[in-house]
Amino acid sequence: MTTPAIRTVGLTKRFGSFVVTNDVGLTVETGARQAIIGPNGAGKTTLINLLTGFLEPSAGRIELNGADITRLGQHERVGRGLVRTFQINRLFNDLTVLESVLLATNERLGLGAVSWRRRSACGGSIAEAWNVVELLGLAEVAHLPTKALSYGRQRLLEIALALAAKPTVLLLDEPAAGVPQGESGELFRTISALPRDVTVLLIEHDMELVFGFADRITVLVNGGVLTEGSPEQIAKDPRVREVYLGEAIVV
Amino acid sequence: MTPSWEAAAVRLRERERWKSPETVFWCAALVAPFVLPDDHLFLSQIAILGLFCLSLDLVLGIAGILSLGQAAFFGLGGYTAGLFAIHVDGDPLLGLVVAMVATSLLGVLAAPLLLGGRDLTRLLITVAVAGILYEAANKWSAVTGGVDGLQGIVIAPLFGKIEFDLGGTVAYWYALAVLFLVFLGLRRLKSSPFGLALAGIRLNPQRMPALGVPVDRRLTVAYAIGGAVAGIAGALLAQTTQFVSLDALSFHRSAELMLILVLGGAGNLYGALLGAIVFSVAHHLLSEINPMYWQFWMGTLLILIVLFAKDGLTGGLSRLRDHLWKGGTAP
Repeated sequence: MTTPAIRTVGLTKRFGSFVVTNDVGLTVETGARQAIIGPNGAGKTTLINLLTGFLEPSAGRIELNGADITRLGQHERVGRGLVRTFQINRLFNDLTVLESVLLATNERLGLGAVSWRRRSACGGSIAEAWNVVELLGLAEVAHLPTKALSYGRQRLLEIALALAAKPTVLLLDEPAAGVPQGESGELFRTISALPRDVTVLLIEHDMELVFGFADRITVLVNGGVLTEGSPEQIAKDPRVREVYLGEAIVV
Repeated sequence: MTPSWEAAAVRLRERERWKSPETVFWCAALVAPFVLPDDHLFLSQIAILGLFCLSLDLVLGIAGILSLGQAAFFGLGGYTAGLFAIHVDGDPLLGLVVAMVATSLLGVLAAPLLLGGRDLTRLLITVAVAGILYEAANKWSAVTGGVDGLQGIVIAPLFGKIEFDLGGTVAYWYALAVLFLVFLGLRRLKSSPFGLALAGIRLNPQRMPALGVPVDRRLTVAYAIGGAVAGIAGALLAQTTQFVSLDALSFHRSAELMLILVLGGAGNLYGALLGAIVFSVAHHLLSEINPMYWQFWMGTLLILIVLFAKDGLTGGLSRLRDHLWKGGTAP
């Protein structure tokens, strides 16, 4: 058996007496396209926050490629290839698109502490950043400040920032939220086109996108895992229909 | 064909390029002592104040650390340079280096205290650190001279040749040269990858760790460099006036510095320098007109500037330039 990209054991998060994440044992195989679904308040974003170190768990363990990362800081996990996007845009309003992406590539190439070279002289980093900018179709706005971008493009930039950190495991927290219908297809084509050795864990509300993208789905309810399986299994599962999907589901 | 990332690099280079107003500014600094032959000491103090204000611009304007305690570094730099000259060696450049090392050490030691907290906590800790140093210097009068200040500083000639004169001519050129070198270093820092990381941290500190950036480490370095710059300024004042007053560590120095930076405009380095010039000149002229109530007029000036240009003199000037430029070239 190969080592999974992500494995959690008994992962629990309490805020006071309120249990937000309840004894979650999640396994994401390397190269998987896995989705986490669940009703509002099921603890999906909290789970991502725990995996990336944005929050500290109350109990349990997190492994990345077999190594315990439970106590590592956020930036150290990024250094090991575990990268996320945010549900709400958390961007840098006054920086241009290219400068924003450079933040990630500079850091990945170990230039983040270099104070004696001009950034325009760091060609390797610029070339990498430019690749990501082009990949997401942001080249024509590359020199505009982030705040001048449309919301849809800001969402693309959010993804660009994550990709610039060269993830081996990419956690996408509702990447299509607020993106106009026409543009979300393009967004998912970009994500689907990522090399298969990049593991993708997706949180998404749009069932069409989830079932079109994922080869494995985990259902989260009240902070705990209700069930897990292939899209077909999940679509047929009566418990899933009951808690979440309602009646209207077409695969 | 040129790969398109190279075109992007050219665009980036464009923003870092030395602009003509910068040349004008530094030429004015070179000409100033000839225009004002009797005010060289005053000019040297402006240069030192400008250098001091650059330290706050790095810490607050570029890295976004709210500091109301830069005087801690200014005073420590002054006392270090003064004591070094009295007890060890009178060479001014050696004194600057020693002051720089001492103050950057203070920065590294104090950084963990303030980086744990948020803006207001940070502010209070910077005030507290300066307060502790002030009281320590006050009580330890056997070494520091206490309220009487540190006296008896004798500075050796610059490079072993150039004697400091009473008129302050050497002091001005010395201070200006140090200011210019530090400015060049900070200007480069601002356009480096490290400077970009600091801008990112200032704009969105929560997002940066998710890009792999060790935020605390970056801020510690920025705070220590800022401390060293303030320390150099304090050392320059000690060397050029041959005196260190307890006032160098006082709270009102830090507060005044914040006022000067807001006046000039934060985050672009020139705001700090322009603020120091306008503040010093206004202070000088206003206290000549009315020695008792100059602060009233200074307050009025500040309110006017903030009303008409929230981003200070540099912000207002650059908008004015854009306005005139567009107006001038309109068909």
